[in-house]
Amino acid sequence: MNIFVLMKSTFDTEEKVLIENNSIVDDDAEIIINPYDDYAIEEAIKQRDQHGGEVTVVTVGNEDAEKQLRTALAMGADQAVLINTEDDLEDGDQFTTTRILQAFFEDKEVDLILAGNVAIDEASGQVGPRLADKLNIPCVTTITKLDISGQIVHIERDVEGDVEVIEASLPLLVTCQQGLNEPRYPSLPGIMKAKKKPLEEFEIDDLDLDEDDVEQKTKTIEVFLPPERQAGRILEGELDDQVKELVSLLKNDAKVL
Amino acid sequence: MGETKAKIFKGGAFIVDDFQPEDIMTPEDFNDEHQMIAKTTEDFIVGEVLPKIDNLENHEFEHSVSLLKQAGELGLLGVDVPEEYGGLGLDKISSSIITEKFSRAGGFSVTHGAHVGIGSLPIVFFGNENQKQKYLPQLATGEKLAAYALTEPGSGSDALGAKTNAKLNEAGTHYILNGEKQWITNAAFADVFIVYAQVDGDKFTAFIVERDFPGVSTGPEEKKMGIKSSSTRTVILEDAEVPVENVLGEIGRGHVIAFNILNVGRYKLAVGGIGGAKRGIELSATYANQRKQFKTAIANFTLIQEKLGSMATDTYANESAVYRTVGLFEQRMGNLTQDELNDGKEVAKSIAEYQLECSLNKVFSTELMDYVADEAVQIHGGYGFMQEYEVERMYRDSRIQRIFEGTNEINRLLIPGTLLKKALKGELPILAKAQALQEELMMMMPEEVGTATLEKEKYLLKNAKKIGLLAAGLAAQKYGTKLEQEQEILVNIADIVAEVYHMESAILRTEKAIQNQGEEKSGQKILYTEVYVQEAFNRIEAHAKETVIASETGDTQRITLSAMRKLTRHDPTNVIAKKREIARNILKEEKYIV
Repeated sequence: MNIFVLMKSTFDTEEKVLIENNSIVDDDAEIIINPYDDYAIEEAIKQRDQHGGEVTVVTVGNEDAEKQLRTALAMGADQAVLINTEDDLEDGDQFTTTRILQAFFEDKEVDLILAGNVAIDEASGQVGPRLADKLNIPCVTTITKLDISGQIVHIERDVEGDVEVIEASLPLLVTCQQGLNEPRYPSLPGIMKAKKKPLEEFEIDDLDLDEDDVEQKTKTIEVFLPPERQAGRILEGELDDQVKELVSLLKNDAKVL
Repeated sequence: MGETKAKIFKGGAFIVDDFQPEDIMTPEDFNDEHQMIAKTTEDFIVGEVLPKIDNLENHEFEHSVSLLKQAGELGLLGVDVPEEYGGLGLDKISSSIITEKFSRAGGFSVTHGAHVGIGSLPIVFFGNENQKQKYLPQLATGEKLAAYALTEPGSGSDALGAKTNAKLNEAGTHYILNGEKQWITNAAFADVFIVYAQVDGDKFTAFIVERDFPGVSTGPEEKKMGIKSSSTRTVILEDAEVPVENVLGEIGRGHVIAFNILNVGRYKLAVGGIGGAKRGIELSATYANQRKQFKTAIANFTLIQEKLGSMATDTYANESAVYRTVGLFEQRMGNLTQDELNDGKEVAKSIAEYQLECSLNKVFSTELMDYVADEAVQIHGGYGFMQEYEVERMYRDSRIQRIFEGTNEINRLLIPGTLLKKALKGELPILAKAQALQEELMMMMPEEVGTATLEKEKYLLKNAKKIGLLAAGLAAQKYGTKLEQEQEILVNIADIVAEVYHMESAILRTEKAIQNQGEEKSGQKILYTEVYVQEAFNRIEAHAKETVIASETGDTQRITLSAMRKLTRHDPTNVIAKKREIARNILKEEKYIV
């Protein structure tokens, strides 16, 4: 089976977000594999171990993403592809990524593509479904169970806490939700082997694209942090007065009544 | 991994030679694989071990065994075991990184260390082919677990005074062991024990003893102050039957194994201390930001900043010194041929080469850990005294570190002893240096010290080495072979030597970082180095002065002290201001940063 995983490098969940000049400062930030993509990688490896074939992990990003790709290889993926946009693109959006991936997949034989449900940074959850559309293959999002027999795929997906059971067929794109599996730690033998596994690097013109083809469709107007929580206030005095004051505050200050 | 460099340095060479930044290994030299190994280890500790820490502290050792097996599956037990015996045979840097990351697990890190270090390494380094094939593959995966049994009720620091006896049976097939080994880590579940006994009462010898051999049993679990997650019991040998093929190394040469394994154990403890100190800083900085008193976070009080600044500064110097030693081992052992690696004598020589560094790293790093744990509790105030807070366990866990693998007192005494041996054997030209120094001091003129980054620090380092030689030389002259009995002076000399190694390691690491990344990105490292060098220099001056005063009176004392004053003259660094700056950066990130 030809299995592909779409991976994104994101900030570590414990990293503090700093904003300067309307954009997020990413110098020296700890970068990890997007946690939902970890589920996708783990599932890809499990499916390959069961059905045979190869797992290729693909990312669109810059040179630093090589580290996360190596981690995926250390977990057990067979090969990795870095589509490096560092020199060509200042910025991009979900359209950009989808367009690049579409070009990459143009000449690929695909059975299964796995992606994370969302990336924990921008959390749009768009790239997977949009790519499926462009490749003209079915897409099932937020899956929590995946069984493949022959061309038939049995899936359970998380729908706002409920479970939906779906039957689909290959080729297929799925996005992975927490609960699908427990991603493994890259073992030390895996880490040592990963050094020798193929990691291919492309730029967008290798995919016959130029900057205009992938120019972003959205514009970021402003980037800001959530407002800091204000200190609480404890009302004092007689209970009746406190209630009156509270109602008046809710009406006039907070304007929720 | 394991880039081999041609340059191999002698143990203790830092006392007489000047080193260049490229001569030492620093944490900034870790490659991608090292970083991935660090992450896997950390994720394993945080994800698998810490959730079970209450069970472990409660002596539910079935968890220790299953966690070690899990660690084995990840390859975390096989790093020091060669590939042909089922291990990974990675470099010493990798195994050190794992040790550092394990330290967060407190007592469980002692369980791990006893298995992979002092438990397995005697067979890795000194086992014969059959022994390696029989034991190592299962030790590398965690299928079998190991322990190390040296200490006895009557012999701790005086390890060679062990009473356990071994006598060959009449058939000549088995040694019959009788005795008691005390405080044996992993005793509750270990399958294999490295046991030391006196063959015929006087030939100190190492044996591989399996738990299932007739006559082997263990006593009840000890009730300890800390590291409760680890099992500690007496191993009882009552007519224990050990096959003759289980003699490890040569009969009567057990001390070679015992002391060299302790050396390795020491540097590994030192690495663990660094991990513990970093965790202590992280917890303290985070708490100081959260805790409000007098309507402000206590992090805003400069006295709290002073604590964090000091903790982090000492951690930086220790980290620099410990990984420098790891690099020395890697360079030396990474360059051994396969034949040499299979020859216990060559391995022993390589390990013994850095005995001095191992001892001083063990002493300083365990004292760092203890000091950081103590201050971490202090920063937490009353909450730090409560068991819900990690620092409470850290405080109890850290105390043993200054005692085991050779007390810090014994390790301090080993330092001048080793140096003297190296000097007398002509391995290090210490005596010639000391003589040259006497002449130099007569004509010494005050030196103009520039203001470029680290220039003053390098000047202070150079003079610290001279002050050490001056004080030690004077004491040696005065007491001759009786210096052995002046333990206070020996310890002063040991501290000076250790401080010099730490100063130099910090300076070289920072210089190396500046060369690779520029000064702007090395700001925190420069601050650490400036503060550490100043404070270490002050301590060296005090130790040296005390030594001179205890060694000589009258004119000789006066002349020596005045010579020393020439060497100590300098414009001192404002450490208060610099520590505040260090602390601000630590508090921003809520962890130790470099």
